[in-house]
Amino acid sequence: MFSLLGGLRWRQAGSKDVARERLRVVLMHDRAGANPELLEQVRDALVQSLSPLVDMDRRGIQVDLRRQGQSLALVASIPVRGFKRGAGGRG
Amino acid sequence: MGKSIVITSGKGGVGKTTTTANLGMALAQRGARVALVDADIGLRNLDVLLGLENRIVYDLVDVVEGFCRLRQALIRDKRCENLFLLPAAQTRDKTAVSPDQMRALVAELKESFDVVLIDSPAGIEQGFQNAVAGADEAVVVTTPEVSAVRDADRIIGLLEAQEFHAPRLVINRIRPAMVSRGDMMDINDILEILAIDLVGVVPEDEHIVVSTNRGEPAVLQNSSLAGRAYRNIAARLMGEDVPFLDLQSANGGLLGRLRRIFGG
Repeated sequence: MFSLLGGLRWRQAGSKDVARERLRVVLMHDRAGANPELLEQVRDALVQSLSPLVDMDRRGIQVDLRRQGQSLALVASIPVRGFKRGAGGRG
Repeated sequence: MGKSIVITSGKGGVGKTTTTANLGMALAQRGARVALVDADIGLRNLDVLLGLENRIVYDLVDVVEGFCRLRQALIRDKRCENLFLLPAAQTRDKTAVSPDQMRALVAELKESFDVVLIDSPAGIEQGFQNAVAGADEAVVVTTPEVSAVRDADRIIGLLEAQEFHAPRLVINRIRPAMVSRGDMMDINDILEILAIDLVGVVPEDEHIVVSTNRGEPAVLQNSSLAGRAYRNIAARLMGEDVPFLDLQSANGGLLGRLRRIFGG
């Protein structure tokens, strides 16, 4: 497994890139954990920006921070009653 | 009326005390009246870094408990007459002082000093709360390692929650050769993650070990690159626009390697 070529490739990966990626993910989690209102703020921001376009059931909106493989994803579930007139009409 | 700066990090061992001692000495050498406060009650070390450990009579807790006056506890440095140290107590712990008491103490120091540097202990508990209580500004020290940057991020969050709007960053113990090889995060990686203003970068430097052995801050050694970096940071803290050291050329090249072999 440790052929010369394999060894070179391992070297070129550069452990600092691994470090940076891990830090990015760990900090997203830490920051969300340290600020419980963060998800609330994301929810409010979504409502504000989507309400001109979408007729939503605001109370049913769920926002969550979930692990997706090696990274984190912000996942929102927004129950929709319909789209508003004028939305999507502009070219 | 002076200003007070807390030197903090979250993570232990990244160089807060070394930074405090060197910045204090550098600022005093530039003519400022400087008071250094060791807020690490129970685990004091600023005295040792400065070589003043044999001159401690009273400490911060003695002052706060009214056992002596502030002036009696301040130790004047013999090398630089405008540098003073208020040592921590060694036999008490962080609960011996409250944030309010620290606030009052630092306010009193600001009346007769241009700059007050507060050396924060590691952690986020009362020691940290005590250290930031009297501070106008904050400097966060980190090394280019995952755990240090993670802890620095937490500390920055706590500082911003306490109305420190512009904490500044010192990246300590950077190793340019490892950065070139891709085995150490570089300045931009860290700045992208922490997103605060950079006030300085200090290279890994054997002179630091020697300076601690001797109790003589590295800023006193012209041959110390870390010392030079600290002097530059002191200048930036005073509002000067100093270009960052070119650590690449200082470390690489045949000349650099020869110097290292023959002990330069």
